[in-house]
Amino acid sequence: MSGRLEVMKTYKLYINGAFPRTESGRSYEITSNKGEFLANACLASRKDLRDAVVAARAAQPGWAKATAYNRGQILYRIAEMLEGRSDQFAQEISLQTGASAKESLQEVSDSVDLLVWYAGWSDKLPSLAGSTNPVSGPFYNFTVPEALGVVGAIAPIDKPLLGFVAAIAPILVSGNTAVALASSTAPLSAISFAEVVATSDLPNGVLNILSGQQNELAPWFASHMDIDGLDISGLPVDQHGAIKEAGVENLKRISAFTKSSEPGRILAFMEAKTVWHPIGN
Amino acid sequence: MSFYGLVDGSDSSLRNCLKQLPGVDQVGAEARAAMLATRSIKTTSKAWAIDTAISMVDLTTLEGADTPGKVQALCSKAFRPDPTDLAVPHVGAVCVYNDMVGIAREHLDSIGAQELPVAAVSTAFPSGRASMQVKLQDTEDAIVAGAAEIDMVIDRGAFLSGRLIEVFEEIVAIREVCGDRAHLKVILETGELVTLDNVRKASYLAMLAGADFIKTSTGKVAPAATAPVVLVMLEAVRDFYDLTKVRIGVKPAGGIRTTKDAIKQLVLVNETAGPEWLNPSLFRIGASALLNDLLMQRMKMSDGYYASPNYVTID
Repeated sequence: MSGRLEVMKTYKLYINGAFPRTESGRSYEITSNKGEFLANACLASRKDLRDAVVAARAAQPGWAKATAYNRGQILYRIAEMLEGRSDQFAQEISLQTGASAKESLQEVSDSVDLLVWYAGWSDKLPSLAGSTNPVSGPFYNFTVPEALGVVGAIAPIDKPLLGFVAAIAPILVSGNTAVALASSTAPLSAISFAEVVATSDLPNGVLNILSGQQNELAPWFASHMDIDGLDISGLPVDQHGAIKEAGVENLKRISAFTKSSEPGRILAFMEAKTVWHPIGN
Repeated sequence: MSFYGLVDGSDSSLRNCLKQLPGVDQVGAEARAAMLATRSIKTTSKAWAIDTAISMVDLTTLEGADTPGKVQALCSKAFRPDPTDLAVPHVGAVCVYNDMVGIAREHLDSIGAQELPVAAVSTAFPSGRASMQVKLQDTEDAIVAGAAEIDMVIDRGAFLSGRLIEVFEEIVAIREVCGDRAHLKVILETGELVTLDNVRKASYLAMLAGADFIKTSTGKVAPAATAPVVLVMLEAVRDFYDLTKVRIGVKPAGGIRTTKDAIKQLVLVNETAGPEWLNPSLFRIGASALLNDLLMQRMKMSDGYYASPNYVTID
């Protein structure tokens, strides 16, 4: 008798709360940092991106309408689910990047903490970024921050989990929906993260995850007229200019960040809405 | 009336004629429709298909909440679907409730869209539950107000209980009211006909009674224009042409919302009835949201990047 045949996981995309294969039928090999085969991942095409944007657009009004408290709770719930699967995620990170077990476990803990950190911002944003403005007339004048809409994110190549969480958590917390491209070389953590999201009460379509090549998909993220903002922290700096140029047609907000935890990452993808209200007696 | 020489207008002749129709192989029809839906239409073919589909749309608003303003806006959009691109063809027709026909006609004339017909849903749409007198008056009113096409509903209750001659005579009566003044589209409401055999039977019944078009659904009942149903109806008009040398049109309506859906319909038409039917005079698509998706796909093809619903009108 031979030993048991291991059942390998098929890594697929995450679009509208489901795990479809890419419509293109393409896949590419994910290897460890030593070149050993780990898994086949979907090589997403621009049409997968298109489908993901449709899902994100449909989900956006509902997610923005959820109370800040509720959005914070759901992000916190994602953190809870991730915490419980720390070992699995740490092992996956080590396989992909060659990081030591200790380093990988640290990355998972940092990711959980970062989710909790962003979750906490949900009900504090209006006080932080909003204001009452003095105007010369009998009016109250308020400015309140609101979600932008559908935001794309291109996650960094290294730090396959922490980099990914740092990209999507600030987008989601304010009521945006996201379409995120996982690390091209180490996408397995992001796809496994989709399993965590799927069990965390995040409504379908709020977070959509693609795996594929940056240079193939980034221009389509930039030119898509129905994506309102784009986080390009994961792209090499020398490509930022071209991407910003491609995104100019719909005045897309395109930003890149260096720190994982900063409120600026949230505010970059919010609009300011100003309301005038007459002062009564 | 001669009814193509196939029936003489009596109950027995109608029954005999319809009895000769072969049954529909349901599994086969579903498989054939599913197979045709996998055809890949790209680049120049896709561009042609999008423009053809736009010219076949019966741009429809059938809501209790319709207002003159909404109907006028719809008419403007029907004539110039994309005001920034005059190469976009106008749609096939505007389809509204009876009381809006006059408003639609007047507005279309005022913007130079005299050639764009107004279709009216008639005969106590969508249920068809009214007296014959009301149905006839309904139709007459629509034509007088300027409707060039009448979309009537059949009495599904009578059809399902086997009172075929009642359904037949009703269509004949409405046909007489229409005369040369208006085209007649007969809505079978296939979602309520239960089987594909009934769809085939009802299609022949409507064609024999004088329909210019057979239409799947009111849009108020689900399922509406499913691919197997449209396939069976297209086979019916094809076979009817072989019998009579008269081409009857087909209009699927309801549930066709995306460009992909519309192109699948065109493939069905081409492969079933034939390319002669790929023409707004013989094939129409009853829809409202579809037009925006067609326009967005058209923008994608001309601009090279994906379009946003922010750049088309809200219906």
